[in-house]
Amino acid sequence: MSSPTSPMAPPRSFIWSRRIFLTLLTGFVLVPVYVMLSSSLKPLSDVTGKFRWLPSGLTIRPYIDIWSTVPLAKYFMNSLIVSVAATVCSVVIAVFAAYAVSRYEFRGKRVFTVTVLSTQMFPGILFLLPLFLLYVNIGNATGIALFGSRGGLILTYLTFSLPFSIWMLIGYFDSVPKDLDEAALVDGCGPLGALLRVVVPAAIPGIVAVAVYAFMTAWGEVLFASVMTNDSTRTLAVGLQGYSTLNDVYWNQIMAASLVVSVPVVAGFLLLQRYLVAGLTAGAVK
Amino acid sequence: MRKNPSDPAAPGPRRRRGERIRRIGLPYLLLLPALVLELLVHLVPMVIGIVMSFKELTQFYIRDWGTAPWSGFDNYKVSVDFDAPVGKALLHSFFVTVGFTLLSVGFCWLIGTVAAIYMQDTFRGRGFLRALFLIPYALPVYAAVITWVFMFQHDNGLVNHVLHDQLHLTDKPSFWLIGDNSFYALLIVSVWKGWPFAFLIVMAGLQNIPKELYEAASIDGAGRLQQIRRITLPSLRPVNQVLVLVLFLWTFNDFNTPYVLFGRSAPEAADLISVHIYQASFVTWNFGTGSAMSVLLLLFLLVVTGVYLVFTSRGRKTADV
Repeated sequence: MSSPTSPMAPPRSFIWSRRIFLTLLTGFVLVPVYVMLSSSLKPLSDVTGKFRWLPSGLTIRPYIDIWSTVPLAKYFMNSLIVSVAATVCSVVIAVFAAYAVSRYEFRGKRVFTVTVLSTQMFPGILFLLPLFLLYVNIGNATGIALFGSRGGLILTYLTFSLPFSIWMLIGYFDSVPKDLDEAALVDGCGPLGALLRVVVPAAIPGIVAVAVYAFMTAWGEVLFASVMTNDSTRTLAVGLQGYSTLNDVYWNQIMAASLVVSVPVVAGFLLLQRYLVAGLTAGAVK
Repeated sequence: MRKNPSDPAAPGPRRRRGERIRRIGLPYLLLLPALVLELLVHLVPMVIGIVMSFKELTQFYIRDWGTAPWSGFDNYKVSVDFDAPVGKALLHSFFVTVGFTLLSVGFCWLIGTVAAIYMQDTFRGRGFLRALFLIPYALPVYAAVITWVFMFQHDNGLVNHVLHDQLHLTDKPSFWLIGDNSFYALLIVSVWKGWPFAFLIVMAGLQNIPKELYEAASIDGAGRLQQIRRITLPSLRPVNQVLVLVLFLWTFNDFNTPYVLFGRSAPEAADLISVHIYQASFVTWNFGTGSAMSVLLLLFLLVVTGVYLVFTSRGRKTADV
């Protein structure tokens, strides 16, 4: 059982404690996932009575009913549009900003990075109401509907992921040798050409990691979604609560819907987690 | 600047001046979108929030909040008058949040670090386990928390079924989402959801530790535990400094978990500060007091972060680097 990280084989006691710890942890992690999966395939009678580990019968009925109990498809589209748009904007803006910080010396550089990072510390509750008022006022003054619209939500969410994205990409860009983009500049690329043709391709793992983070942030946000959306722009975060406000709580449908909304992010995350670890290793954690 | 990359052809002086302006302006131009958006969504609203905290802002003025009368420090006085109900409730919520945050961050860090260290060596199924452990972090908060809500149900939940029906540990099924137990329910969900982040960061940090250190240590006869104590943990210090701070801020400000777990009104035992302020603002329509409470919360976080950074940076200078 030798390995690259330690030339010495781990002692038996270490292996046994590892087995026990990791088994317990796997159980802790998996029980809710199992409950979600198994309950989503149960008939209603199984989830209203005492909890059962094994379903009395399997049915895919909940997966059909979820789409008609609440307008799930609409919520899904709203979440998808908002999250994709917020992710794309956030990544592009973060790439530009991180490039400026990583490659240029300019006045106010430190102020910029500290200010942007410190916004991470703000409690969301502090600027929820002012932002809401600001959006309403901008709407009244200019006719640009930010409150209640997907645009307002996109704008809000992209700034949530921006600080972490910029911070991580600065670290990542710093690890791309400056000689590379200087060579590109000598070859006649402009600064933007050097960024797009040399630095960005070299930093793909970091950029993918940032994109994953931005998408997850937008897809999972609850607080602002609950205040800033209306019936037509409601996202999954709020829409999913529709199943439990009905007179009967259809737990099998709630679990089915939770699973359906989780699959895109979890699948994407697991496929791309390698990049996230690589990105964190090269960028943020250094 | 000795090497000037932006004028390789070095044409006439006029062109060069244009280039110079462009070179100085370019970084600002690149930063502009990020700056404008951060200003619009974070800093301007924060300033408005601070202004609002000095106003008597009730539902009568919400349409045109600028016209609300100034109230000086009244909102702050109400918030910190710990003998009156409002201040007392805020103080209680603050203590609950501090206790909850310390426990949650502690467990998240501990489980994440132990798991990452155990998974430093390659063994069969390691990649699979790593992906599996990241599932709670990848799940959208509401989907994960709503599953826990189902598990904590009094009559048809898994937790009571296991504790009461299968293990007979309790005399009768307990309530988890109301009453005193709600604190533990919230803590369990928070740790379940949060530890994979610590795991992810520590795992990334471990990859930056040079293998030669371990090799040298094991040649010197250092055992597993000694290697972890002498090499792994000290090397992780800079990573931990950031990790613990980020976990602290996220947990302290967490709104999503308690909001989905308990709905709009959290039970007293699990009355986290974010939900408490949300309540104070949106349920009672008293935005001035809500803003004052938010500003106090921000000040507290600023002080804690500042002290933390000074303290940990000083420790770092003497210990390693």
